[in-house]
Amino acid sequence: MDFLIFQVPMLTLQAVLDGLLLGILFALIAYGMALQWGVMNIINIAQGDLVILGGYIAYFMYLYGIHPAWGVIVSPIIMYFVGVIIYKLVINKVVDRDLFISILATFGISILFMQLMNFAFGADVVLANSGYGTTMLFDNSVTLPNSKIFSAFISIVFAIGLVIYMKKSKLGRAIRATAQNARAAKILGVDTEKVYAATFGINAALCGVAGALISITFTIHPYMGLPYTIRSFMIVIVAGLGNLPGVAMSGMGLGVFEEFADYILGTEFRIGSVFLLLVLILVYRRFKLSRKREYLK
Amino acid sequence: MKIKNIIITFVSAIAILFSTSVVSLAKVVGDKIILGAAISLTGKYSSNGVHTQNGYNMAVDRINDMGGIKVGGKTYKFDIIYYDDESNPKRAAQLAERLISQDGVEFMLGPYSSGLTKAIAPVTEKYGVPMVEANGASRSLFTKGYKYLFAVLAPANLYLDVAIETAVELNGGKGVRIAQAFEQDAFSQDVRLGILDAAERTGSKIIIDDKLPKELNDMAATLAKVKAVKPDVLVVSGHTKGALTAIRQIAEMKVDVPMLAMTHCDAAKLSKQHGKNSQYALCASQWHKTLTYKDDFFKDGMTYAADFEKLFGYDPPYQSAESSAALLVFKDAFERANSFDQKKVRDALADTNMQTFYGNIKFAEGGQNVDKPMVLFQVMCDDAGKCENKVVAPLKWASAELIHPIPKWSER
Repeated sequence: MDFLIFQVPMLTLQAVLDGLLLGILFALIAYGMALQWGVMNIINIAQGDLVILGGYIAYFMYLYGIHPAWGVIVSPIIMYFVGVIIYKLVINKVVDRDLFISILATFGISILFMQLMNFAFGADVVLANSGYGTTMLFDNSVTLPNSKIFSAFISIVFAIGLVIYMKKSKLGRAIRATAQNARAAKILGVDTEKVYAATFGINAALCGVAGALISITFTIHPYMGLPYTIRSFMIVIVAGLGNLPGVAMSGMGLGVFEEFADYILGTEFRIGSVFLLLVLILVYRRFKLSRKREYLK
Repeated sequence: MKIKNIIITFVSAIAILFSTSVVSLAKVVGDKIILGAAISLTGKYSSNGVHTQNGYNMAVDRINDMGGIKVGGKTYKFDIIYYDDESNPKRAAQLAERLISQDGVEFMLGPYSSGLTKAIAPVTEKYGVPMVEANGASRSLFTKGYKYLFAVLAPANLYLDVAIETAVELNGGKGVRIAQAFEQDAFSQDVRLGILDAAERTGSKIIIDDKLPKELNDMAATLAKVKAVKPDVLVVSGHTKGALTAIRQIAEMKVDVPMLAMTHCDAAKLSKQHGKNSQYALCASQWHKTLTYKDDFFKDGMTYAADFEKLFGYDPPYQSAESSAALLVFKDAFERANSFDQKKVRDALADTNMQTFYGNIKFAEGGQNVDKPMVLFQVMCDDAGKCENKVVAPLKWASAELIHPIPKWSER
């Protein structure tokens, strides 16, 4: 029974593919977090709750007879404005303060969102059915739900789109300039206030896309946000700030790692093993930096 | 002078506070027997909390309308003080404390879920307040030697026992190979213990034994293993999210397994959310409306369901039915005790032996109901995709024949 995964080769393939598809979705959420962390120096604890809210938008479309896949268009548009409103109400007051204040503020937003969603949508676990069917490989021994493939594909499209947008558009350049040096950017005429609002909005929009995809592939519930926050936090920590290809790689790597941990150590150690990996990576990094005579702030 | 004023205000405020609490410090006010309950009206258990409250309220109205409770030649009516425990065990314990020591409640109804009942039970025990609960099934509630806790429902370890026994029976009395996945919470782990017992008793073998995380929404790895080892029975328990996730991913990954047994199917509105994909799933339930138990207040399950639907606009889940039954038990105990003395009521509760529309009720030493078996229903759908839950075991109550083995996905 032990290490079934190595006795059945198809299971290995299944685990790798499941992990990759899952990891790409996580990477999208982490991508948003890396962006606003890098630009605004804010760790958004409410990240997962924004994801769930995005999921509810797709779910309600499904409830009213619209295919939930359209949620990946509608949800980010609505979530962008939600993000901007949160910025105007709360975040702009903590953006220049130290990290601890922003963690507290976003933690508060997270609790507020959970309770509001519970109040508005109820405490039931819900999901949206896409009816996409399944791709079967190798005589049904490896199965990939098409909804997961769809999720990964959409995530990649949005990630690439965002990279191009950041490189080519005026706002994208302004965001990058602000990330490098907010004061210099301001002197050169960049409206940093607007840049911050847009960054937070873009992050919320990415969460909206991810949420819509999660309602199609998994389940949503008002209190299910935190695991997504933690995972994206880890992905960003592992990849480092401002390292977008790194976020994608570490997202997929973590996805596969999680799947293998599940098979080898057991499902109950799945999340624990991710935490362990995080600790190891931080220790390793510190060690590497100390040899370079630099240190982690 | 100023300080004197402040002191006077302070003292009179305290005096007023005390005088009001003294007025309410009575379990029976006029012709009312006041029960206390902390219920999850907000937070993650709020939907089941509301089912519980609806069940309580319906029974209170029904008992009051049908003549109330006769104690010492006088007729009394039920009334309930509710507080919202926010689905939080600590809050629930505080509220129990408040109900008893401030509001003077001397008889309690249970909250929703095993976890919250566990938090409240030590408080009611400390004050010697009899509590009839209807929504805490965890085995650990009944092994602590509580004297004032009575549960109208069957304990959690019996939930899926019947499924394993049925599978063994269908296998010609030989043991079966079981794959199981349970969430890591008190309730689901108790269900797991029940399966372990059943496996040992029947000579069955457990070949996959996964523990699912609390925030579970992906069990692809477990299901991939199930596909590889091909067990005879797959057992899943992880509240509503476990049931929903399992059905979604079993259908997506085309996992063929001869028998699939779960908990929380009706709470998860399985057939509504998943349609035909949920077909053939076996679900453990405390109650089903087609059971033929009877009482004088609600007549039988079908009548209860119809009346409930008229009042609240939805089909009653078993959480509501068992909550209603808790009040029938209290009424019966008060009348037999013919007193409001807590000890006497407690003893009368311990001697309960009655039938309600929900099932027979007789408490064991630990307070659990031992006279009501669990039922298993199977989700059955017609060609148009309309699904219904039909009781298939135990045979005495069965309204349809068990479909076994489950047809392969390629043949559906």
